[in-house]
Amino acid sequence: MSKRNIFLGVIFAAMVLCLPPFLKNYGVYMFSTWLIYVIATMGLNLTVGYAGQKSLGHAAFFGIGAYTVAIMMKAGISWWLGLPTAVVLCFVLGLVLGFPALRVQTIYLAFATLGFNTAVFLVMRNEEWLTGGTFGLNGIPRPAIFGFDLKGQAGSVMHLFGVEFPLAKDLAFYYFVLAATAIATALLWGLLRSPWGKAFQALRDNPIRAESLGIDTRNYTLLSFAIGAVYAGVAGALFASLVDFIEPAPFAVGASIMMYLMVVVGGAGYFLGPLVGALIGMLIPEWIRDVAPSLANWYLPIFGATVVVMMVWLPDGLMSIPDRIRAKRDSRLASAKRAEATSEIAAIAAQSEGVAQ
Amino acid sequence: MSRWGKSPLKRAKRLRLKSNQTGGELPSAPIPLPALGERVFVLGVLQMIDFLQLVFSGFATGSIYALAALGFTLLWQAAGTINFAQGEFVMLPAFIMLAFLSYGAPLPVAFVLTALVSTVVLGWAFKRAIVDPLFKYGMMQIVVASIGLSIVMKNAMRAGYSAEAHPFPSLFSDQLFSIAGVHISTNDVGTLVCALVVVFGVQAFLAKTVTGRAMQAVAQNTESATVLGINVPRMIFYTFAINAVLACVAAMLVTPVYLAKFDMGDSLGTKAFFAAIIGGFNNSRGALLGGLIVGVSENLAAAYMSPAYKDAVALVVFMIVILFRPQGLLGRKEERKV
Repeated sequence: MSKRNIFLGVIFAAMVLCLPPFLKNYGVYMFSTWLIYVIATMGLNLTVGYAGQKSLGHAAFFGIGAYTVAIMMKAGISWWLGLPTAVVLCFVLGLVLGFPALRVQTIYLAFATLGFNTAVFLVMRNEEWLTGGTFGLNGIPRPAIFGFDLKGQAGSVMHLFGVEFPLAKDLAFYYFVLAATAIATALLWGLLRSPWGKAFQALRDNPIRAESLGIDTRNYTLLSFAIGAVYAGVAGALFASLVDFIEPAPFAVGASIMMYLMVVVGGAGYFLGPLVGALIGMLIPEWIRDVAPSLANWYLPIFGATVVVMMVWLPDGLMSIPDRIRAKRDSRLASAKRAEATSEIAAIAAQSEGVAQ
Repeated sequence: MSRWGKSPLKRAKRLRLKSNQTGGELPSAPIPLPALGERVFVLGVLQMIDFLQLVFSGFATGSIYALAALGFTLLWQAAGTINFAQGEFVMLPAFIMLAFLSYGAPLPVAFVLTALVSTVVLGWAFKRAIVDPLFKYGMMQIVVASIGLSIVMKNAMRAGYSAEAHPFPSLFSDQLFSIAGVHISTNDVGTLVCALVVVFGVQAFLAKTVTGRAMQAVAQNTESATVLGINVPRMIFYTFAINAVLACVAAMLVTPVYLAKFDMGDSLGTKAFFAAIIGGFNNSRGALLGGLIVGVSENLAAAYMSPAYKDAVALVVFMIVILFRPQGLLGRKEERKV
């Protein structure tokens, strides 16, 4: 890791730690949503970016996580029991969804996963006894941690340099989500550096070669789906508690497609891609909706057009820009060296010719 | 109607006639009921009629799916393009047609004008601006770009024009008539006939004309086609143009029922993909078969199982097909390359 990267990392950490106390309630809420989408898209980045499995059903797991926690909390069960249940459920369903991937690839797989998402969405919408149907479930409480209720209180203030800053009600939950994001990021980082991570990438780059090298492609394909699904499930569990009202709409096929685009725009297979992707696909549109509602309707068309243009000019996503600049600089240096060497050779040749005469 | 179908229907009618005759005045004596065997039989015939009605209207819907699916498979064969915006390719002509209609053009004129505009916008411009520059990168790049395009088209329509559903005139008058007790609407018949004529017309064009055969040659082996002196880029453009016109026909047939709305393409596009894959992605006859299967099974499932889960039927059929026959019902197997 270069010095500059560490510097950027420190600035980023300082921003997510210190900025929210100065934001209003809606700002804190948006930041929390952003981090939740970062967790979800990190999982999708594992499935799509690292393991190369085209999944368009990620929002289904996001929804399953959210509904599991919501239903269990409505029944009076603690969030801390709901979370592992959601994780196990998503893991198992992720394994199940992985099975079509053993038969079919690329676009077929994309449609199989998209269909799975449709099915899950229909269950959420139609099974009113369980999910509340289109009315959704409301009044989902926030969890407590070490006896500290994350519900938050309105009207608390912070004193800084003698100035009073009113604190947002959602601030406590924001830090909880931030901690969860940090843990999820660290775990994924560890996973990707382990032999497992390398196996996922081998699977993406050339599945037949990976198999011939002794990698059990079947297990890794299934696992890439299952682990990705678990990330979405955790994100969903946090989401349900954050918004306190869930309905089927944010878990429809459109949401899955949006998540896929977030991964691609950020940079599939780049570790920090989801951070940027969720920023563009989630935080900025929400922010525009807040500050300039008349422009909000035009955000999606512009986003879509950006995706189209990016596919032509920057197909590896925004995080590939530094790599591109580096590659360009390297090739410029190399060609400069080549030119130097050529002129040197020419000079030597001219000299030796002179000697010969 | 098959041989076994005729006589039960006649008998059912005779029985119905009987009950009508007796139904006028209050019967003093209990009506002699037919024997149990016959009663079950009548019930069976009535159910059969329901069933046939459902199947027929399923055919009508399915034939529209087949139109969209056919364009989809043609693009895949000729240009290796998976068009995720296929549903929006139906939505846009619907609105263009509405625009022409609002200027007073009669529906057939509006259709022809729309087909021309679509050929330029959804055919030529789509190919030049998106598919050509991305072709060298591979399939997924085009897929993602067409996802982006679908978002652009849908949301620009919503933000720039209207988020409401607009009524659309039907090509056919909506009358019911019955054949052998089966009630059929003229709209369904017209839709089915129209769609079938177009699908078979396209297939005849591909199979019988020199241009059509050249297009197939390009789809099968681009290099050999080039060597044989076929103008490959032009043939590929023809494919895009046919896709655009098919989308226009689908728009004209489906919009009276679905209404013109910015998101009307959502379910249509997905169904078309499923239909194409069920039938066989590399076979244009498969699109028709797949479309009809999806249309009919959806209708039957909505009636006999649950209308709420209608949209999942195509998915279930699709899953069964890709698990047991990934190349589709009529498709050829493609080898995986290292």
